[in-house]
Amino acid sequence: MKRLKSFVPLAIFIAIVVVSYVGFSLGDRHQLPSALLDQAFPEFSAPLLYEPNRTVTRSDLVGRPTLVNVWATWCPTCKAEHDVLMEIAAISDIVLVGLNYKDERQKALAWLADYGDPYDLVMSDEEGIIGVDLGVYGAPETFLLDAQGRIVYKRVGDINKRIWRGELLPRLRDMGVTTRSSSEL
Amino acid sequence: MTLRLIFTGLALLMCSVAEAASPVDVYHFDTAQQQQRYRALIEEFRCPKCLNTNIAGSDAPIAQDLRKAVHRLVVLEQYTDQQVRDYLQARYGDFVLYDPPFTQRTWLIWMVPLCLGLLVLAVLFSLQRRARRHATIELNAQDQSRLKAFLEDD
Repeated sequence: MKRLKSFVPLAIFIAIVVVSYVGFSLGDRHQLPSALLDQAFPEFSAPLLYEPNRTVTRSDLVGRPTLVNVWATWCPTCKAEHDVLMEIAAISDIVLVGLNYKDERQKALAWLADYGDPYDLVMSDEEGIIGVDLGVYGAPETFLLDAQGRIVYKRVGDINKRIWRGELLPRLRDMGVTTRSSSEL
Repeated sequence: MTLRLIFTGLALLMCSVAEAASPVDVYHFDTAQQQQRYRALIEEFRCPKCLNTNIAGSDAPIAQDLRKAVHRLVVLEQYTDQQVRDYLQARYGDFVLYDPPFTQRTWLIWMVPLCLGLLVLAVLFSLQRRARRHATIELNAQDQSRLKAFLEDD
């Protein structure tokens, strides 16, 4: 009994190590699990960035698998992500929809003119109202929608090579989206 | 006394500084009760961007947007408190509630403190029992008479 007791501190130590190991390897605390995963993309109505008089709604995003990318000119990560989005637009048939989030229209237009426009459609959400409906808490965020308009994947942070290869490409293939191989991605 | 006054003064000063630093939004409310509910609700939700602040105390743009959303829901949409909670939970998940519901994913965080509490009780109980056992010392006849002599000696 006494000998057994001398192992108690060691056991407590091991327990702390195990709990810490599991706790710290749980992943980024800044990555909130999306409450909207596997749910229908919410109803919305947003003006187009290029033609503010025209609005788009959820029904415009339904029918084909779609990537909805939340971006802004004030977001440095969005710049880093931009080249990847351009490449994705070039090598795949996925519909790319941009949601310009809490931004100024002129800056957004200048950005797309300067760096290129990878999007099939750009909507604007100057007040961040659609952002709240989407559970957006930063930019960039990207949602992958299936043809029924259901959110099958959400990425908080930039779309990079690793995310494209590991998360997006397999899902796009499953959904039957044509992609070509690229040396860049 | 002087010291106490100084400390009180300092504490008051800090309060006023904290008050001045907290973000101010200008919102219109139809009733004082709406305003009270709004205040209570924004205290209740956690800011998704800044992990240890509620949306009342955060300057992050997302916290401002969520305060605006809460105001809209309370004043324009006439939501009840619970409907506001459900609205935010549906969009931002359990994360925004400081009080996570008991689900398959969260049972561990609810059960661990309970288990630790039980463990502590068990340890305390066994320690106490052992202490009581050691505390009782059998006295033989000789000891008894010595003890008696001591006591009577007084």
